[in-house]
Amino acid sequence: MNIVTQQAASGAETLLRALKEQGVEVIFGYPGGAVLPIYDALFQQNAIRHILVRHEQAAVHAAEGYARSTGKTGVVLVTSGPGATNAVTGLVDALMDSIPIVCLTGQVPTHLIGNDAFQEADTTGITRQATKHNYLVKRAEDLARVVHEAFHVARTGRPGPVLVDLPKDILINPAPYTEAAEGPHRSYRPRTEPDPERIAEAVALIKSARRPIFYTGGGIINAGPEAATLLIEFATMVGAPVTSTLMGLGAFPAANPQFLGMLGMHGTYEANLTMHGCDVMINLGARFDDRVTGRLDAFAPASKKIHVDIDPSNINKNIIVDVPIVADAGSALRALIDVWKSDSTRQDRAALADWWQRIETWRRKDSLKFTQSMLPGATIKPQHAIKRLWEMTHGRDTFITTEVGQHQMWAAQHYRFEKPNRWMTSGGLGTMGYGLPAAMGVQIAHPDALVIDIAGEASILMNIQEMGTLAQYRLPVKIFILNNEYMGMVRQWQELLHGGRYSESYSAALPDFVKLAESFHATGLRAKTIDDLDGVIAEMIATDRAVIADICVDPRENCFPMIPSGAAHNEMILGPEHEDEAAGITDEGLVLV
Amino acid sequence: MNAIVQQTLRSATISVLVENESGVLARVIGLFSGRGYNIDSLTVAPVDDGRRRSRITIVATGTEMVIEQIKAQLDRLVPVYRVADLTREGPHLARELALIKVVGAGDKRAEALRLADAFRARVIDATTDSFVFELTGATDKLDAFLDVMRPLGLVEISRTGVAAIARGTRTI
Repeated sequence: MNIVTQQAASGAETLLRALKEQGVEVIFGYPGGAVLPIYDALFQQNAIRHILVRHEQAAVHAAEGYARSTGKTGVVLVTSGPGATNAVTGLVDALMDSIPIVCLTGQVPTHLIGNDAFQEADTTGITRQATKHNYLVKRAEDLARVVHEAFHVARTGRPGPVLVDLPKDILINPAPYTEAAEGPHRSYRPRTEPDPERIAEAVALIKSARRPIFYTGGGIINAGPEAATLLIEFATMVGAPVTSTLMGLGAFPAANPQFLGMLGMHGTYEANLTMHGCDVMINLGARFDDRVTGRLDAFAPASKKIHVDIDPSNINKNIIVDVPIVADAGSALRALIDVWKSDSTRQDRAALADWWQRIETWRRKDSLKFTQSMLPGATIKPQHAIKRLWEMTHGRDTFITTEVGQHQMWAAQHYRFEKPNRWMTSGGLGTMGYGLPAAMGVQIAHPDALVIDIAGEASILMNIQEMGTLAQYRLPVKIFILNNEYMGMVRQWQELLHGGRYSESYSAALPDFVKLAESFHATGLRAKTIDDLDGVIAEMIATDRAVIADICVDPRENCFPMIPSGAAHNEMILGPEHEDEAAGITDEGLVLV
Repeated sequence: MNAIVQQTLRSATISVLVENESGVLARVIGLFSGRGYNIDSLTVAPVDDGRRRSRITIVATGTEMVIEQIKAQLDRLVPVYRVADLTREGPHLARELALIKVVGAGDKRAEALRLADAFRARVIDATTDSFVFELTGATDKLDAFLDVMRPLGLVEISRTGVAAIARGTRTI
């Protein structure tokens, strides 16, 4: 006789069911006592794949890489206490860069919360300012609803990380399943559609512009590939130059003649001077970050500004704008295009042609110029290494991640991005150690793609343990280290701002990266001089497993152009190739970072 | 025409209707400390039958740009239903309550009682050497009362912070 009993699902099983309903395919995580019930449930199913990282910070960055390269929400699973606290840097990184992440953390059982139990931390307290929103599930009947809500909050409006803290007893005891709710949230209702009156004002302003510029940011990427297509369509109609923030690279094709390159602290001469001189600025999905604006009272002083942002708190935060538009960048672009087409006002094309003439003179300055000696045994310039990397990889669909520092800026300047979602870098928080785990996440999402982490020798050591993850899952991530034996950006600031006192910025006692790669079952390559460079890049690309390419570059090279902190866009320092210009750094600028 | 930083400070009374969930007050307070906004007073209590919603009244001081930021930052918190700038949205009433302990004897004691009567403060506790007064009113009225009590033996103050509501038929 068969007695069939309908066993109620445990909290862990209900959690996985909710994740499946949310379309989750991959989780990046690390087990521990408080989350053992979830790992037990994961073991008994095949729908969701778990990627075991080597440190919880890396789990979040991997989920960020996954999210940024796919547009999906990245999912993280870590244990209580140290598992959660280790994840905090990743959460703040995702918050600053508006990346949709759901982070599931274990917690001690509800009856022990507040008792200083083993591996207890006040996770929701610690992460309240590190997330877009967080939850502590205290009742089994709330579990499924909270998980669904977490995904909704993470991916809608301005995306961001959402954390769900899960006490162990909630995971073990039965928990009823509820489907994701239809209809709007009780209190959280982000605005995504633009106000038609503002759109009309914006179009009128752009039509009247004599010196317009598009200033585009990560909001275009977050709005999806369609928004990038609409940007090209609208920019072509308007005929204005386009510059991008670090976060927005790839939304507008670098090869398009209207593209001026990145703007801001290490932006191109033409991008910054065009911003400085514009009369109408069209900000699409950027937030007037201090790295972009430089000195606020000298920022594009003669301009009227249109600002499209999905987050109302970004409007008038740093810069007062004339036409604020709270909307998804894609919806706003669609509306702008529609109104533009139906409006019969003519643009001043002659003024626009004059504007382009001035821009071309700035462009001819060739501010990213560098000189690479091709003599045998010559030292490799880091810019040249990036340029060759681009030339040798741009024929295929390549995904680039970076760590943080000089190499990151050179990558942004010299690698030319043609499509959105191909460039993953830590913009807002500037997290060293981001690139390798992010590349893991990208490679998991795109198993056959070429994924390269452009790194520095200092940053890469901050999450080097993830070489183990690459080995375990046979992820053929390529780590391209611009090794200048310095924390290069720190060294550069010490040279320019602190009298050349190189306090603690030398990368002493470096490992042998070739042997390090080999000990992690990867391939290690090294380019010591210009003679080795192309060969190493070619071999790296051809190798069907993880590679560390240790590129020994000029240790004294600085990243230019540079707008010193507290300076205006027209007070840029150009490199040694442009000795005629000089600019100073003020005392007020020195206190800025 | 550029970022003309308006340095004029203004005081804003902001009402925030929130979901009554754990941590919601910490979210609001964390926002002020994390972003360096000045908060003059904050009151909170549930305002519906099921205790599902609470109303937070915040009095904050800042430039126009900062006040607008505070409102936008509050409005984007997930459990927030509505943010209303009562100072901007029309005439409103703002009241707070104070309990004031005055200790003394002789003429000062008599004078304290006389002034309390003038301010319409109620005596809610009395001993031979002390009074506790209860006073409700606008913040400046309470401030004025405290000023006159100071030389008369004022030893302790407990204030609620401001509760505020719009005049007339308007609701938030």
